[in-house]
Amino acid sequence: MFIDALLPFLIECQNIQKPMGAKYSIMTPRRFPVLQRVTTLLLCAGMLTLFSATVRADALQEANRLIQLGEYGPALKQTEQVLKDKPRDAQARFLKGLILTEMNRHNDAIREFTRLTEDYPELPEPYNNLAVLYAQQRQYEKAKHALEMAIRTHPSYATAHENLGDIYARMASQAYDKALQIDSSNASAQSKLALIRNLVSDAARPSMLASRSAPDSVQAASTPPSLPVAAAKTEPSSAVSRQPAPKTISAPEDGSTAGSEREAEQAIRDWAAAWSRKDLKAYFAAYAHDFRLPGKTRSAWETERTRRIDKPAPIMVRIENIRVSVEGDRAAAVFRQHYQSGSLKTATTKTLQLVRRDGRWLIQQERIAK
Amino acid sequence: MMNGRLRIRDAIGVLLLAAGTAAFAASPEQAYSDAGPEPMLSAVFDHIEQNRLDAALEQTERLLEAYPNFRLAHLVKGDLLLARSRPLQTLGNALNAPEHKLADLREEAVARLQAYRDKPPTDYVPRYLLQMHPDQKYAVVVDTQKARLYLYRNTDGRPRFVADYYISHGKAGAEKVREGDKKTPVGVYHVTASLPRQKLSDFYGSGAFPINYPNEWDKRLGRNGHGIWLHGTPSDTLSRPPRASDGCVVLANQDLDALAKNLQVGTTPVIISNSIEWLSLDDWQSERAALSRSIEKWRKDWESLDTDKYLGNYSKRFQSGKQDFEQWAAQKRKVNIGKRWVKVAASNISMFRNPGKEEMVVVTFDQGYRSNNLSNTMKKRQYWMKEDGAWRIVYEGGA
Repeated sequence: MFIDALLPFLIECQNIQKPMGAKYSIMTPRRFPVLQRVTTLLLCAGMLTLFSATVRADALQEANRLIQLGEYGPALKQTEQVLKDKPRDAQARFLKGLILTEMNRHNDAIREFTRLTEDYPELPEPYNNLAVLYAQQRQYEKAKHALEMAIRTHPSYATAHENLGDIYARMASQAYDKALQIDSSNASAQSKLALIRNLVSDAARPSMLASRSAPDSVQAASTPPSLPVAAAKTEPSSAVSRQPAPKTISAPEDGSTAGSEREAEQAIRDWAAAWSRKDLKAYFAAYAHDFRLPGKTRSAWETERTRRIDKPAPIMVRIENIRVSVEGDRAAAVFRQHYQSGSLKTATTKTLQLVRRDGRWLIQQERIAK
Repeated sequence: MMNGRLRIRDAIGVLLLAAGTAAFAASPEQAYSDAGPEPMLSAVFDHIEQNRLDAALEQTERLLEAYPNFRLAHLVKGDLLLARSRPLQTLGNALNAPEHKLADLREEAVARLQAYRDKPPTDYVPRYLLQMHPDQKYAVVVDTQKARLYLYRNTDGRPRFVADYYISHGKAGAEKVREGDKKTPVGVYHVTASLPRQKLSDFYGSGAFPINYPNEWDKRLGRNGHGIWLHGTPSDTLSRPPRASDGCVVLANQDLDALAKNLQVGTTPVIISNSIEWLSLDDWQSERAALSRSIEKWRKDWESLDTDKYLGNYSKRFQSGKQDFEQWAAQKRKVNIGKRWVKVAASNISMFRNPGKEEMVVVTFDQGYRSNNLSNTMKKRQYWMKEDGAWRIVYEGGA
């Protein structure tokens, strides 16, 4: 009975997920796009309670408030209180699953959501979140199955479709990993694969990027405190400012530069990575066509760079203490560059001038500071 | 999504076009064994070409069950999964992956599919296997361009196809000349030893069979290098790219194991070619008859004690050890003065045509020699070359 009433609202929640998902893409690491959707649903669940007038709803609203404060223990207690009276209550059980997820009690969360799918097989959300949890455990086949179930119940369930796309991309990455014998313990290889996923997910969801119009400041304010915590699970020292933004996200429209700075920084890190793995194509692509070369033609410069980079000795370029300042479509970056190839080992302070064209940050000037 | 499917199909189509056109029309009565991953791999690509991506993925999973370390299948699996979320441009869409590794796997795909779809008809034989002697139960013929090894059984002197396997050869291709040139030699060789797995590092997989490169002809041409083996594959992969070795011929471990059962040390011929020439049985029969007649003529001319007639079987370019034709002729004339009679028997003759532009055949046989003052038996090897339409000996020596 209640579920019937709940369903239209859940669907409405789904509808607002697109802009929200895109919004969070700046605040959360893009490497875990699936994860963010758990928290998106959490917000949905939170709003649900706003519209409910029952005591039970008040209790759940309180639980939600506690969740947003990061008080998962009390939130769980509050939810279990509700469940004592109404052990089959779908909403409370869903909330409990979310809290357990936030508390990193993934196996308990999986159990909770699994039971929900058994009791309410017509609800897609528990399947979706089950998939997210399985994906975190790299159990992609199970994740895929859960999402397929979610889609079977609601063929137009956008989140499940998107998540399924992510799962396929991750499974593809795993397969490529095996095909190309890329060692996943190798950091540079890992970031390569992460990048693949980013491009894949970006290309697959152009509408999300296009609809991203909410200003950054509001996003930050509306972000529940649980978000960084959720991110920290997989990236222990992660702070919002450190999280890389995907290359292809376009500039925020309100002139806020925080996102742009991260994008420019990521472009520089990609440039260093391309240099390190001797990917000349990607390396040159990091430079603007009007990259300033004192007294040299572009082709002479490329020849010289190719000759240097294409030597047999491995190259390692590491970037440290990067500071980026953005003004409109221009950025300046200063960082410490550690370069090592064969016996040559240098550390220099480098200044790059970057320019944004078609949403990509490109190097226009490269200088070594004295 | 539909668009993506079409594009992957087109990409694969282009790939298969690159594999070249069929050299032979497939005939329904082909009786080849369909061992190896090619039948399943081919089915995967058939599904892709017909836009049945789910069936293709299922088939790929089955392929991986049978061959868990088949990197190419993992690549295809990655593509088929990725095709569900974005359009694909080519085979192997792992962005920012090392391009050379992708290129290697694409090459392997082309080689495997081409070899599977353009199998030579059963009534054709490699031109090189003119005659196997009765002890040679099997012969091995390698086609480096096709990345394929063919195993033939000796059935009353006629080669019968048994199996074919994907192989890798030298990074720098074939026609080895120098040590370290990373090329695979082209020529007529045989297996000289069997090295068991226990004596080898994992790199060589389940075993190794050295061959006698450089052979007499290689040495005469100043070719050097050593350690050309047929061997297996490291345990972390089913196969290596078509051009991967330092000159060895590399097989999948299970293929090497199957092949090993049929290899006889010191006996089994291994003929390595850039690109195998195939003959119909009629043409093969007439080639072998012509050469057999020449060998028989040489034997009779020797018995006739007519030294000029006998020397007429030898090329002016003849060389044996340090002797050139003139020295050889002088020695033969001297020896023949003391002969009242000579009987020469040639048995267990094998004749293997040397791959390449020159028309040359490596002939090996047991020679029984008797005369009024000397008798001996030996294993002899001759290199016969066609000069102005006639077969003549350019090298002769013990084998």
